[in-house]
Amino acid sequence: MREKLKSVLSVNDFRRKVINVTMISLIVISSLIAIFPLMSVFVFVFQKGFSTLSLNFFTSLPAPVGEMGGGMAQSLLGSAMLIGLASLIGVPWGIASGIYITEYGHGKSAWFLRFSNDLLMGIPSIVVGLFTYSFIVAPMKGFSLLAGSIALGIIMIPIVSRSTEEILKTVPQHIREAGLALGISRYRVILNIILRGSWGGILTGVILSVARISGETAPLLFTSFNNQYWSGSLTQPISSLPVQIYTYAISPFEDWQKQAWAGALVLILFIFTINVTVRFIFRKNK
Amino acid sequence: MAKKRKDLHIGDKAFYWILKVMAFGIILLLLAFFVLLFKMSWPVLSKVGPSFFWFNDWNPVTEEYGALPFIFGTIATSLIALFLAVPISLGAALLITEIADGGVRKILGFLVEMLAAIPSVVYGLWGLFVVVPFLRETVQPFLSKYFGVLPIFEGAPLGVGLMASGIVLAIMITPTIATISREIFLTIPKVYKEGALALGATRWEMIRLSILKSSVSGILGASILGLGRALGETMAVAMVIGNRAEISASLFSPAQSMASLIANEYAEASGDMHLASLTAIGFGLLIVSFFMNSTARIIVWRVERKYKGTR
Repeated sequence: MREKLKSVLSVNDFRRKVINVTMISLIVISSLIAIFPLMSVFVFVFQKGFSTLSLNFFTSLPAPVGEMGGGMAQSLLGSAMLIGLASLIGVPWGIASGIYITEYGHGKSAWFLRFSNDLLMGIPSIVVGLFTYSFIVAPMKGFSLLAGSIALGIIMIPIVSRSTEEILKTVPQHIREAGLALGISRYRVILNIILRGSWGGILTGVILSVARISGETAPLLFTSFNNQYWSGSLTQPISSLPVQIYTYAISPFEDWQKQAWAGALVLILFIFTINVTVRFIFRKNK
Repeated sequence: MAKKRKDLHIGDKAFYWILKVMAFGIILLLLAFFVLLFKMSWPVLSKVGPSFFWFNDWNPVTEEYGALPFIFGTIATSLIALFLAVPISLGAALLITEIADGGVRKILGFLVEMLAAIPSVVYGLWGLFVVVPFLRETVQPFLSKYFGVLPIFEGAPLGVGLMASGIVLAIMITPTIATISREIFLTIPKVYKEGALALGATRWEMIRLSILKSSVSGILGASILGLGRALGETMAVAMVIGNRAEISASLFSPAQSMASLIANEYAEASGDMHLASLTAIGFGLLIVSFFMNSTARIIVWRVERKYKGTR
């Protein structure tokens, strides 16, 4: 009887160990599967994009189909302008909202504001595009730089707000109290003491949000649209790197597809450089 | 003296009100989304009614608009994505929190974050020129040769279609699900794990009993957030889904999703009704994303609050 029990137990033990090893291996394997696409995207973007990259890519306008050469200069400038203008909307609005939530919001109202930020962040970016279309493009009767920047700006707001909030939350309460105890008014405490100390962190959030919107395509398809020429006017359609990549990628021309890969390489390098730099420089300081 | 104090108050008050207006402005912005999109889609909603969402015809030329094929495409691709992404994300999250240590943990966490940083349009490009040919030339012929009797593997191996978009979407929502699950796993009190191990549980049994069991609702919340992201994902899907308003049981067949339809047709919409119909589809997307996000957020918050203090 006892022998039997012992053998059952050890068989069970063996089974348990086998299951353990199997499941742990499955966990490791699924992690490898999860990061495999990242490697694959990188390999292909480098492989296919690198050969097309040249000085021309950064300095000249697109060439007509069939002609060699040509670049995406106008898209790069357009993206820069869109991001710059979007930041004018998204950064102050986001920072203000983040400050309000941490410094003044309490209980229910803070919860509700935070929740609204989350909901705004969860709106699909194409819907942000529709929204901007209906209140900028439709009344102004045309695709424009202005519309594109507003769409991107709206996407930035919740990202900046949430990151500002996270940073300000880490400022110890006694710093605020010390400032107030000295008789400094509250807004001076916030501006001169709290914000000054958290500037690096807030900037990190802003830069990461720039990285985020620099790849947004869907909301630009029908707000800033596209343009094969230089454009700097607020009310004119303007080209952007992501929309240009899309246009070229789905075109049937091999030259254009090559240009799309080169554009993707530039975009990815930009986004990853930002991410890696920010993470390694600013996180270490904290 | 009294005057001076009042001056201070004015500065404080102005600052306070400026911040307050901007913070609450976000709520107004959210409301504006609903009002404007509803107004823009009113022509079609008033004419066709809610049955717009279950009509099966989409033909701008004859002015017939029904959203069913796109709703089908959206749900089908998102479910495929969820089916693939949930186990993989959970595996990655478990490896990061429970198994790997130090360097491996950091690197893996970083790589998962980078996966989220790749723009949709780049995933689309990669999907179109790497995943689609691979499916067309290798995976789909194999599946139809050996499992072709099943309705889901019927039809010509085109590459583009439900399968391709499901796979690309799965990759795109993996970071969302993995990151949130990781946060959930981290909220589980250490004593639970130690208790299980002290009772002689193997590593897997500890994971199953003390981690997975107590975070079921959190995982559900994470999956809903992932699903929400998948439903609204546009560019990558638009590039690999095949863009055909078709309802078919086969994973091989091309389809169209709500978001990809808007991306494809909006800039060149042929008339007011067409524009209104596309906006109505966007309006539907807005409502669904609101619903999903609020449910998921509330679930995740509850879970996190439950273990606060016990850690």
